[in-house]
Amino acid sequence: MKSEDVLEPQLEALDEDLLTIHDTVNQEYKYGFVTQIEADSAPKGLTEDTIRFISAKKNEPEWMLEWRLKAFGHWQKMEEPHWANLHYPKIDYQDIIYYSAPKQKPKVNSLDEIDPELRKTFEKLGISLEEQKRLSGVAVDAVIDSVSIATTFKEQLGELGIIFCSMSEAVKNHPDLVKQYLSSVVPITDNYFAALNAAVFSDGSFVYIPKGVRCPMELSTYFRINAENTGQFERTLIIADEGAYVSYLEGCTAPMRDENQLHAAVVELIALDNAEIKYSTVQNWYPGDKEGNGGIYNFVTKRGICRGVNSKISWTQVETGSAITWKYPSVILKGDNSTGEFYSVAVTNNHQQADTGTKMLHLGKNTRSRIVSKGISAGFSNNSYRGLVHVGKNATNARNFSQCDSLLLGDKCGAHTFPYIEVKNNTAVVEHEATTSKIGEDQIFYCNQRGISTETAVALIINGFAKEVMNKLPMEFAIEAQKLLAISLEGSVG
Amino acid sequence: MNTIETIKERYQQLQSNNGSSVLTPIEQHAFNTFNTLGIPTVKNEEWKYTRINGVFNKEYAFNPEDISASISESDLNAIRFPGDEKTNELVFVNGLYSNELSTIHSENLTVISLEEATKSEYRELVLQHLGHSSKYINDGLNALNTAFAAEGVFIHVKKGDIVEHPVYIYNIIDARSANILAQPRVLIYVGENAQVIFAENYATFGAAESFTNQVTEIVVEKDALVEYYKIQNDAAHTNQVTTTHIRQIGKSLVNTVTVSLDGGIVRNNLNIAMEAEYSESHFFGLYFLKGATHVDNHTVVDNVKPHCQSNELYKGAVDDNATAVFNGKIFVQKDAQKTNAYQSNKNLLLSNNATVNTKPQLEIFADDVKCSHGCTVGQLDEEALFYLRSRGISEAAAKSLLIHAFAVDILGHIKPEAIRQHVDELISRRLGVEIE
Repeated sequence: MKSEDVLEPQLEALDEDLLTIHDTVNQEYKYGFVTQIEADSAPKGLTEDTIRFISAKKNEPEWMLEWRLKAFGHWQKMEEPHWANLHYPKIDYQDIIYYSAPKQKPKVNSLDEIDPELRKTFEKLGISLEEQKRLSGVAVDAVIDSVSIATTFKEQLGELGIIFCSMSEAVKNHPDLVKQYLSSVVPITDNYFAALNAAVFSDGSFVYIPKGVRCPMELSTYFRINAENTGQFERTLIIADEGAYVSYLEGCTAPMRDENQLHAAVVELIALDNAEIKYSTVQNWYPGDKEGNGGIYNFVTKRGICRGVNSKISWTQVETGSAITWKYPSVILKGDNSTGEFYSVAVTNNHQQADTGTKMLHLGKNTRSRIVSKGISAGFSNNSYRGLVHVGKNATNARNFSQCDSLLLGDKCGAHTFPYIEVKNNTAVVEHEATTSKIGEDQIFYCNQRGISTETAVALIINGFAKEVMNKLPMEFAIEAQKLLAISLEGSVG
Repeated sequence: MNTIETIKERYQQLQSNNGSSVLTPIEQHAFNTFNTLGIPTVKNEEWKYTRINGVFNKEYAFNPEDISASISESDLNAIRFPGDEKTNELVFVNGLYSNELSTIHSENLTVISLEEATKSEYRELVLQHLGHSSKYINDGLNALNTAFAAEGVFIHVKKGDIVEHPVYIYNIIDARSANILAQPRVLIYVGENAQVIFAENYATFGAAESFTNQVTEIVVEKDALVEYYKIQNDAAHTNQVTTTHIRQIGKSLVNTVTVSLDGGIVRNNLNIAMEAEYSESHFFGLYFLKGATHVDNHTVVDNVKPHCQSNELYKGAVDDNATAVFNGKIFVQKDAQKTNAYQSNKNLLLSNNATVNTKPQLEIFADDVKCSHGCTVGQLDEEALFYLRSRGISEAAAKSLLIHAFAVDILGHIKPEAIRQHVDELISRRLGVEIE
């Protein structure tokens, strides 16, 4: 028998496999629907009046308005950055509604009082509030279009002195803390989108863990973008005082839209002496349709500072959604012996684009950081890792290890790596390694041989590829994250 | 008169003297590009870690009448690579090719000025390949060199020829009477089945400052084999931006080693465009820096066609107030399936005032590829040091030994023995170790 004869059926089988992969990749976004709630919106466009409107709507004190106007002044002088490996049509910042809140009065004590429409939305997403409350003991601060609607477990947390509320409440009830820490990690002049956020941010979460308190449950917020043409500008501030610990979860889904929606959030984390903050994200916003129409523009500034000694900040993210992702969760390692971690799985499919990564700034002595980034690209998408590891002159004994692996599914997508490494201290040890490959035919063959279909084999291999990161997610999230990975790569994943 | 004005005056003068030639439009276009782009600043992503514009704040002599070069045979002897008498020597003085000082032994090696080449049988080759580097390096300095391209040199290695003796290229700056701006330009064409070795040296006479802005373009034909060595051990008051742009237009093998030991601000651009299937390239770099030397190695490997293989390894030790920059890019284009591309950068940081900035970068558009990159910044192994010290070797000697060992795997890729020994000696002298 000639060797071609043996090869022929194998090649045919491979073709079929490719077909099944394509079928499943083409699955539509499952979470595309619009909740019909009357919104109380600001008129389109951005002027000082818009900011005054937002501030007035939220009954903010004078200092807050001034702070917003100052940020707006800076924003007007800034230019939109274009250095990222992303391509999108010019954003018209005057064609966006900067504030929209559900009309219904948001203050409720029990979940039953919540708008049934809204609750249906959550149920469709499989994030029923009751379920969460009853089964997993998670306090949920649900944010629908910028205003907190329900905050649970507040009393229980209150007993420990933990503050977990919306930013607007924090501004009213804890102005000293807000004044002290707001924009201390991400200054209003930091970048274009951070300045924009500071000017128009609508709401977000505020967490304060007092000295020596270990938060007994995972805190979580579900974000959901609603109402057409509304940019979502969340602002989150988490402070862990000396010896405190908190694990915070952030998860997102958004309804189907034709027009692009802009999302520019800011997250600030502050860890004082011996404190630890663990921040986990599962992001599954609408990525646009198969042709690349619509989808969310996700321009996020996330940064934490290990201000005290022995403190630790850990970012874990699973990014599957958004048409465009521009996001670099960073850690400033200022305190001696502090630790920063970044674990990420970024999946892009169809025409999605992601430019994401992290920055680890080593300033204190004996600081350590670890970066594990896994990128998966399919369809026509482009997935970039962009990271910076900086070791300052005084960061004696700094240690970093970075690993970024990319997996390519299909020959129309791209994977890119842009690691920046700057070292100014001769006791530092910095390592970086990266690989790019596709799923090996030998790996598939090995599975096939053992009776595992190609689809299952691909799923198996991708799960294994992302496992190192998935393991870092809290239990509550790990299951959802795996589901999301499967949905966004359905077909390629199996 | 500042440098930019000197350059403009010289350009006008040349253009009016020479009348028009086929190279004129290329030069004019480049000069306009230079005027638009100017000298790159740190705002340019490609120049983020290297401040070159400061170099242009000084005044330089650039007009031929202001450059009084008198290089004697003994000067030349002082900077020669070791080797036998039959080596081909190409000598550039203050950026211009010197016929008198150069010697060519190999019959099939043709060296003529680019202007002359456009009037000869090589006309088509020159027009086809000259200036290809600007497609990869779109900055003012590359354009500035191209604006004076006609003064450059064309080197032709005939089809099927094995150039037995290496070609040594000496870039000499005679800065004994004035600050010098030099712009050597070379286009090398290596014909089918040919084999050739190039080794380049940089040397300066005199205490005045100098800036060399060099562009070398190499075109490699089918089944050819090219080795290219660059040894930079110039004085601290000399600054250099060198571009080596290699196109593998046929299935071929290219080996390059860049060694940077001394200088002021040194920037090396090395591009390899793999435009033919089954091509292979290896490029290595070694930098041992001290004082205030700043060395920036920018490499680009562009995999255009499938089944290519590239391998890159840059290693360096950085001491005193020195800075090392590494930026390696690997592009794998859509059609370049079955590409294997490896890249690695390893740094030893020996002083607390030294800096390493490294950026190994991958941009991949094909799925059936194997690409990896890695980089490290660290120190000498404590255990190895202890091992040596416990055997009565002084700390300084032990360190030198280990650093020398760190360099050995790059040295091994310098194939001509004479050059390898020469570089080894330079390194040993720097480290103060005796190697038998």
